[in-house]
Parts: sequence; C-alpha cells; structure tokens
Amino acid sequence: MKSERGSGTQTHFSGQHIVKAENLLKKFDGFVAVNRISFQVETGKCFGILGPNGAGKTTTIRMVYGFSPMSGGSLKVFDLDISRDWRRIKSRIGVCQQENSLDPDLTVFQNLEVFARYFNIPNKEARKKAKELLDFIALDHRLNAPVTELSGGMMRRLVLARSLINHPDLLILDEPTTGLDPQSRHQIWEKLEALREQGISILLTTHYMEEASRLCDRLIIIDHGLILVEGKPEELIQQHVGKHVIEIAGPTQELRSFIQSTQFPYEDLGHRLIVYCEKSGDLYQRITRDFCKEGCLMRMATLEDVFLKLTGRELRE
Amino acid sequence: MIETSSTRISKRFLRVWQRNLKVYKKSWKISFIPPFLEPLFYLIAFGVGMSGLVGEIHHQGSQISYVSFIAPALIGVSIMYNSFFETTYASFVRMYYQKTFDAMLATPLSLEEVITGEIVWGATKSLIAAAIMMVVISFFGFIRFPEGLLLLPLAILGGIAFGSIGMFFSGIVANIEMFNLPVFLFITPMFLFSGTFFPLENLPHWAQQAAFLFPLTHLTSLARAFSYGQIHLSLLWEIGYLLLFSIIFFPLAILKMRQRLIK
Ligand SMILES: Nc1ncnc2c1ncn2[C@@H]1O[C@H](COP(=O)(O)OP(=O)(O)OP(=O)(O)O)[C@@H](O)[C@H]1O
Ligand SMILES: [Mg+2]
Repeated sequence: MKSERGSGTQTHFSGQHIVKAENLLKKFDGFVAVNRISFQVETGKCFGILGPNGAGKTTTIRMVYGFSPMSGGSLKVFDLDISRDWRRIKSRIGVCQQENSLDPDLTVFQNLEVFARYFNIPNKEARKKAKELLDFIALDHRLNAPVTELSGGMMRRLVLARSLINHPDLLILDEPTTGLDPQSRHQIWEKLEALREQGISILLTTHYMEEASRLCDRLIIIDHGLILVEGKPEELIQQHVGKHVIEIAGPTQELRSFIQSTQFPYEDLGHRLIVYCEKSGDLYQRITRDFCKEGCLMRMATLEDVFLKLTGRELRE
Repeated sequence: MIETSSTRISKRFLRVWQRNLKVYKKSWKISFIPPFLEPLFYLIAFGVGMSGLVGEIHHQGSQISYVSFIAPALIGVSIMYNSFFETTYASFVRMYYQKTFDAMLATPLSLEEVITGEIVWGATKSLIAAAIMMVVISFFGFIRFPEGLLLLPLAILGGIAFGSIGMFFSGIVANIEMFNLPVFLFITPMFLFSGTFFPLENLPHWAQQAAFLFPLTHLTSLARAFSYGQIHLSLLWEIGYLLLFSIIFFPLAILKMRQRLIK
C-alpha cells in the first residue's frame, strides 16, 4: 500500500473552506453537549474554538476528526462527508488530542515510526520524515529516549510532531499548550506559525487568550454547546470591550456613582470595578486624581476581557 | 454505519499487530522465559512428584503415563492464558491508561481494525508460547511428529477464541480489578475441570456435560489428539466448537468495545 501523500508541497486542498460544519449536534443520552452550531474553517487559516471547561470544544473537534459520530447536522471536511469518507479524511488530517496519548512502550523515534505505519507510510519514508520532524521540534537529541523520560513540554512537542507525520492538510489541536511553561508555549506557537506559513490549516482549542489572539485568524467562543460570538480576535475585542480597560480595586461609593454617571459600560464585581472604554486617558486621569491614588490600573483590552464578559465569571463545575 | 461496514476491516489491522510485535521484541528474551520454564516446572512437579501417586492414566483405550497425559494439556492451558491475559489486562492497560487506542482512532485505522489487531496479537502470543512449549515437551518425547505440528494452527484458533472473549470482557469491565471475576469464575474452573489434570470421566455426569461447554475442554482434547498423533474425523466437532466460540465472541468484542470507546 502506498502512502496517501507525497512529501512535496503542503496544500492539496484547494476549496475555500476546509471544514464546513452546519447545525452540528451532539447528544450524550439526552444531554446536549454541542447544540446545532455552524462554523467554517478557511483553508490555510487558523481557526480557534474557545470556551470554558465543559463548553463542548473537545466534543466538537472529535466529530470533525471522525472520532465521535454526530447526533445531527452536516459536516464536510475537504468537501468530503465524514460518515462516508472517514478514512480518506483521517489520512489527511493530523490530530493532537487533549490527553497525552504517546505510546509509553516505545521510544521517541519509534513513536513516530509506528504512528506512520497507521497511515500506511512506507518504512523508509517514515524514518526520514520522523528525523525531519524531530529536528523541527528540537528533539533530535532524544531520539532513543523512552517517552516516559520526557518533560511535559517535550511530550507535547512530540505529540505535535506525531500529528505531522502524514503531511496533513489540516491540523487539529486540542489545547496544545495546556500545562506548559512560557518557554515551551512560545516554542509551540512558533512551530504552529511556521506550519501555517507552509499553508497548513489549523483548527485549535485553547484556554489561553494570548494564544488565541496570536495564532487565530478567526475564532468562536462557545459555551453550553452554543456559539456566543465569531470573528477575528481584534474585531471581537473592539466590538465587545473597546480599546482600553480600567480596573479599580476596592472602589468607594462615590467612585461607583461617578462611573455610573459617565455612561461607560462597566462591570461591578463588588470589590472590583472594570470599566471598558474606547478612549480613556481623561477618565483614567480623573479617577486617579479625584477618587483613588492607588489600586487603579489602565491597560489595553484583551480577548480575555471579551471572554469573561461573554461567558461570565462564575466557576464551571 | 451500514454503508461503511464492509470497509471497516481491512488488512490495516496488521499495523496494530505490528505495533505490539515491536514492543514485544524489545523484551522478547524475558517474554520467552515463562513458556520455556513453565512446562519444565509442571513436568518435573507432576512427573517426579505426582506420578508416583497417580500412576498410569486410562486414555482412549490405552494406558499412558501421567506426565504424557498432562503435557499436551499444558500447551492448551498456555494457549488460553496467553491470549486471554493479553486481551484483558494488557489490552486494557493500552486502552484505558495509555490511551493507545484513542491515538490510533485519530488515524485512518477503524475501531474494528484496532480490536482485530489486538485479538490477532493475542493469538500470536498463544502461538509463540505453544511453539516454545512444543520444543521443550518434544525433548521429553511426549509429542509425535509430524502430527504435533498441528498444535501450531490450533494455537492460533484457540488464541482467537480466548483472545475474543478476553477482549469482550475488556469491553465491559468497569476497571482493571474487575478482571478478577472472569478469571476466577471462567478461567480457573476451566484450568482445573477441562480434562487438563484428570480425565473428564472422573467427574460426575452433570459436571462432564458442563465441561463440554468450556472451550478449554476442546482445546485440550485437540492438543492431546495432535500430540499423540491420534487424528480422526470426530475432531472436527471440537474444532467446530472453537470456531463457533470465536464467531460469537469476536463480533461481540467489537460491539462492546465500540460501545465503550466511541462516544
Ligand atoms: N462521553 C461523554 N458522556 C457524557 N457526557 C460527556 C461525554 N463527553 C463529554 N461530555 C459532556 O459534554 C460537555 C462538553 O464536554 P467537552 O469535553 O467537549 O468540553 P470542553 O469544552 O472540551 O472542556 P475542557 O475545556 O474542560 O476540555 C461536558 O458537559 C461534558 O461533561
Ligand atoms: Mg476539552
């Protein structure tokens, strides 16, 4: 059997949308985990799915890579139907699952070698590709180490390498940097950026807003299986919180009344006020001059503000 | 999934088998020891220690020594153990703790291929064990050739049968401790009451009837026939029983694993 993909240029899919999900529904014995959501991943772009714990991110992408059957809706990947052409689709995608699924019985190199076989990649080509990938993720010096000896960051990088063994057109990453230190996280980001440069489409879930802002061309924020918003990260920030955020710790009653009178949108967390504003220089100056000398801070609005504003601040179970 | 059911098992299952072989080869020297030593221990214990008490055994109209009576049964038991323990404890560890199946299911492998690969691997371990034991036991002169070579295909058939039912249990147990139950209620009684260490005729009639439901009874009986070179047509019934057992439990194993893994 020959390998499905040569090792030449990356993009083989020329349609506009590499993933098209329409009214995607997933029920677990009556419990609706994904509630008829529709989204499209543009070819060659990075698409993010954000949401609190239990929002339905993993469930959604598991349907995309053909792990979980859908309870309803339609799903096209590479313009193919996942329930019929699952093998063709799966041979052209790479997946990093949320949980570590490296093979602890094998070494670093063997993990890639054995995984390549699942795609029917010939041994010689597989070994060559494995070497290249270990180079790419800077693990070539640990070739023969058992994976159980790797650090968390190394494991995550190896999982990434493993998902690239078949030259995928679409890379699906479920929280690729959770639990990593800043160094490892930045390293993964750089790798992912390099891959996107090569034309690989990426579908990603994450809890890190910084990661989403940096990597995603478009994203959706979902909660309770529903899409809350969709858009480009900067646009979402602009639309939902504006440019700046002023955080006031331990606000007094006068300050509260003052903020109320300014008509700026704000959130009152009791011990903390969060004011969203487009142009804030004057406001910030007035607050610090007239109300509080310290405990008041102005910063650029981030995706995290959007996220918290839309999904609320209560803990999820 | 009717439309794809025909393509859900391809020879790609061999990729899963190859993975297990690769891991096995890393420690084959250690893996070879049990099937090598086990028959030696048994033959010494029973041959030297017990045969004085037991003497000769009446088997199919002739008198044979006790050791030559149990020697083929040891191969049968080993075929059972190797595949059953592979597709229970070992497969469960891969599935549950190592997430190996999850990783495989993100590749073009189907669930059917993963499970088939595991069961066929279990049968392969039975085959390896049977082959090593055959060599050891042959040195004592308890196996007649060339008929004895039939033990090898028998190991594969028995391995598929016990591997399938093992995988079936893997599909339904809540946790790894629960394997104690099928081991205690299914494997151990078979080990003792399948005509392995004493002829079935020594049992009361009802127990004999029950023992005929045990796949190990037929596996042992076939192992004896092949070892002694007593080939006759009635063996087809026993082969048929093992086939039937496999044909029932192989799809059941896949069904239960599908229910367990595909959410
Ligand atoms: N196999 C299952 N059976 C029943 N319910 C499930 C199953 N898998 C997930 N769920 C439920 O579906 C919902 C969505 O889960 P999912 O794993 O998709 O969340 P997530 O967004 O990936 O969360 P996290 O950020 O914690 O990974 C949760 O309420 C979860 O409990
Ligand atoms: Mg998740």
